[in-house]
Amino acid sequence: METVPQFFRHGPGPFTRLFVFILLSCLLIAEDTRLKYFPQFRQTIGVIIFPLQKIAYIPANIYDQIGEFIASFYLLEENEKLRRIYLDNREQLLKLHALEVENVQLRKLLGAVQQIETATKTKAVLAEILSTPRDPFSHKITLNKGSQHHIQLGQAVIDDQGIVGQITQLYPWSSEVTLLTDKDHSVPVQVVRNSLRSVVSGTGKNDELELRYLSVNTDIQQGDLLVTSGIGGVYPPGIPVAAVLRIERDPTGDFAQIISTPVAGVDRNRQVLVLALVQPESNESQEIPAIEPGKN
Amino acid sequence: MPASNWFVAASLIAALILNFLPLQGEFLLLRPDFLAITIAYWNINYPHKMGMSVAFGLGLMMDVGNAGILGQHALAYCIVVYLTLVFGRRLRLFTPVKQAPQIGLVLLMMQWAIVLVALSTDSLLPDWQYYLATVAGALLWVPVSYLFTLLLRQKPDPDAL
Repeated sequence: METVPQFFRHGPGPFTRLFVFILLSCLLIAEDTRLKYFPQFRQTIGVIIFPLQKIAYIPANIYDQIGEFIASFYLLEENEKLRRIYLDNREQLLKLHALEVENVQLRKLLGAVQQIETATKTKAVLAEILSTPRDPFSHKITLNKGSQHHIQLGQAVIDDQGIVGQITQLYPWSSEVTLLTDKDHSVPVQVVRNSLRSVVSGTGKNDELELRYLSVNTDIQQGDLLVTSGIGGVYPPGIPVAAVLRIERDPTGDFAQIISTPVAGVDRNRQVLVLALVQPESNESQEIPAIEPGKN
Repeated sequence: MPASNWFVAASLIAALILNFLPLQGEFLLLRPDFLAITIAYWNINYPHKMGMSVAFGLGLMMDVGNAGILGQHALAYCIVVYLTLVFGRRLRLFTPVKQAPQIGLVLLMMQWAIVLVALSTDSLLPDWQYYLATVAGALLWVPVSYLFTLLLRQKPDPDAL
């Protein structure tokens, strides 16, 4: 009875196989979202697909080079313009420097407690966006710099306008950034106008952030700019995050509903800066805490 | 060109690379899942050329490239393999144009599987634009199907008979 001819011999049927693979993927999903026993598994796949991602990036590279070639005809004009902007910025920077020194001296005069030693100096690494997935559930992007380029978990990512997000997954040559708009992401902020401190959280929708747990009579107005407060040590202080879009004060509720929009081009940029906080010398080296998705 | 294993592997890798293209805005919204379409083609027209395990592995790569939950696309592609294997013989009776809406249904099932996995990690339901990719995929089925048929056509042997 054992001698079934080769022709009739098949493995398990399609449904059995599907069942096995569904079980396997359920295990993997649980592993990836809750248990996290084998982070190396994801790393390995990340390394395997990196060359493919590089190949997929070639057309974008060619497009960029054509753009640069066309732009090279206007190089002189652009140079002129940039020089003007540079001089303008330079002036402001010098002023800022003077103010900083003055601030320190005034604080000393007042005998004020030294400001909480937050790391304010930063080092920046320029990175390009390798891919922006069309995933409506998680707001993440992949960058073309990884642990081989001294990028670390938890570093802040900004563009020319403000905060974009935070590094949450590292591969040797690439890294994943969780955007501000991700539903599991929160940033400590303060309102520029009156230094009101709060935490701004993503809602999972594009271009929408939420200020939670602020009471109905909070002093906040439409158009208020929110900047990072530096509390928590993940984000350097003073970088723009969002602008308040609308406020709904429902007198029957406990909290006001405050919706804001990110100022950075969270889903529009090609190049971003990864900021590495340089800890002050006096401080013991602290671990920069990374946010943990799913624990909010 | 016969449907050799190398050809199948090359087409799948090419589809994966197409899925990784750094698109933005409307193009990203409309981008069909090239890999799902390729997997569907092989399983309808040449069943047992690629198994469910290959689809599972490719799905894992897609998940990491997509920065999503590991196992999400793997599950989805296994469902594509299952549906196209089971209904493949029936689908082969139709021309690619008539197959297109049915492929659309398969792709819709796949997207629902992805949505279900995402819902299990307390996400919001995506809006209707998410399903534009399914429509684009069904429309793309026709040219892709003809392209593969053209590539796989065997030259008539002049010394036959």
